Amino acid sequence: MHILCCLARVPDTTTRIHVAADGRSPDLKDAQWIINPWDDYALEAAVQLKEALGGEVTVVHVGPVDFQKDLRAALAKGADKALQIQTTGALGPHSIAALIAAHCGKPDAVFLGKQSVDGDVGATGAFLGKLLGLPVAGRLSALTIKDGTFTARREIEGGVETVEGSLPALFTLDKGVNEPRRAGLKEIMAAKKKPLEVVKAEPLPPRLEALKLELPRARQGGRIVGTGAGAVSELVRLLRDEAKAL
Amino acid sequence: MPKGIIVHLEVRGGVVKRASLEALAEAQRLSASLGGSVTALAVGPDAAAAHAASGSVKLLTCPLEHWSTEAAANALAAALRAEDAAFAFIGATVQGRELAAATAAVLDAPYLADVVALRANGTTLEADRPIFAGKAVLVVRPVALPAVVSLRPGAFASNAPVAGAPGSPLAHTPDATALRVLVTALAAAAAGRKDVSEAEIVVSGGRGLGTPEAFQMVEDLASVLGAAVGASRAVVDLGWRSHAEQVGQTGKVVAPKLYIACGISGAIQHLAGMTTSRTIVAINKDPEAPIFKVADYGIVGDVAEVLPALTAALKAALSGR
Repeated sequence: MHILCCLARVPDTTTRIHVAADGRSPDLKDAQWIINPWDDYALEAAVQLKEALGGEVTVVHVGPVDFQKDLRAALAKGADKALQIQTTGALGPHSIAALIAAHCGKPDAVFLGKQSVDGDVGATGAFLGKLLGLPVAGRLSALTIKDGTFTARREIEGGVETVEGSLPALFTLDKGVNEPRRAGLKEIMAAKKKPLEVVKAEPLPPRLEALKLELPRARQGGRIVGTGAGAVSELVRLLRDEAKAL
Repeated sequence: MPKGIIVHLEVRGGVVKRASLEALAEAQRLSASLGGSVTALAVGPDAAAAHAASGSVKLLTCPLEHWSTEAAANALAAALRAEDAAFAFIGATVQGRELAAATAAVLDAPYLADVVALRANGTTLEADRPIFAGKAVLVVRPVALPAVVSLRPGAFASNAPVAGAPGSPLAHTPDATALRVLVTALAAAAAGRKDVSEAEIVVSGGRGLGTPEAFQMVEDLASVLGAAVGASRAVVDLGWRSHAEQVGQTGKVVAPKLYIACGISGAIQHLAGMTTSRTIVAINKDPEAPIFKVADYGIVGDVAEVLPALTAALKAALSGR
């Protein structure tokens, strides 16, 4: 079974965002970069599927910067092969999907996080599914694959949906779907011998033009009403009469 | 040159979602500048009920026995082509975000995801998109049309639902291959349980509560206020609370009228998920906690002492009305 897992590179969620000199992009030169947190669940699901049904997990990353350390970490957690598609220029979901579809064959199962924590778009899975001809089951918080079919949960506003289908398929995953593993020393050593390939490719032109990047207005916080339970009656008065929040 | 806007109406339990009404109202507002007409489309098991809120716009329906995102995306693309529309508008609920991405893929079109403001500019649109969970807002415009737009729930004004004429069927037959993934059941959340992303008041708890059992104090306060219960990433990662309640960059982004943070220090990734709330209250024993920098009102104190007192005081204040 050919199992594919797509990993995005994002700034750590503790990163403060500044506007770059061009006025329309973030300045991220001081950021710590990590694998997109939701993609950790995708990797775990891909490895679990291989452990259950056999086959091979390929992790793929599309992006301009050397990502080999993180791809090695994914190999240590159970992936078998890694591919970085190294690009220059801006990447939209359509071009990430097109590059993956062009380089990764015909997978039986594809896993991604539900969105990346930088752009917050959540469309790479949909574009990739379309290009690979695979049905998409998205934003899943539980997933069971058995005998070629799957049953999944999707949490929506005020309820939980049951989603069903069969392989081959593409899945995008939400928190809760599994508990990502940590790699041990032995796995980390073994990962050094696993194949990691880097290919260069040109992305498609962007489809959105960035006009401006703005930071939200800072809140005027910091008003301490008081200390302990004695401050409660004044807080209730302020919420009712001043904020009109009750 | 395509003109006009197709608005997808999400129908749940026979009722059109407010996010869809907001998308419809925004489409009508923008079409005054863009030209072209607004057409509504309802897809799925409840499609026939959509006319209860379609007002004066033309309504197309595409009934399906079970919801399929792919079939709905194909229907939306077909409606867009049939009406020669320039934009597809979709309320950015969970279903809506899936549908919007799938529709953009079907059309191979630009996608403006989870926008919070839209402006007409000639024949196209400019959109404000929060990125990094709201740490920054990117102003973008599509380089080609048609384009797909998902609109963040609560960010746009809506009108009260007005019934329209029953819909006419969309001239489109769903392809069997589009029915490979189906939503076969929906279990509603327990009665009285509100989702953090839809509630007007959210009461959230963090590690400062000390134990999972102490969350009962958060539940009690939420119940008095008719609020949803939220949680910080720390307590979700500890397994105290469900990830569905997590507020922040790797959870849900919320913007309620009132957000009460109990025992939450205010890590930057949490703040990203709630700083656009209208009024923020923080209760924390550490006066230096970053949450106080964004809170309109803070109480420095032990949540175990303050929360029961606040619950009792609010109960008295609200029953006196």
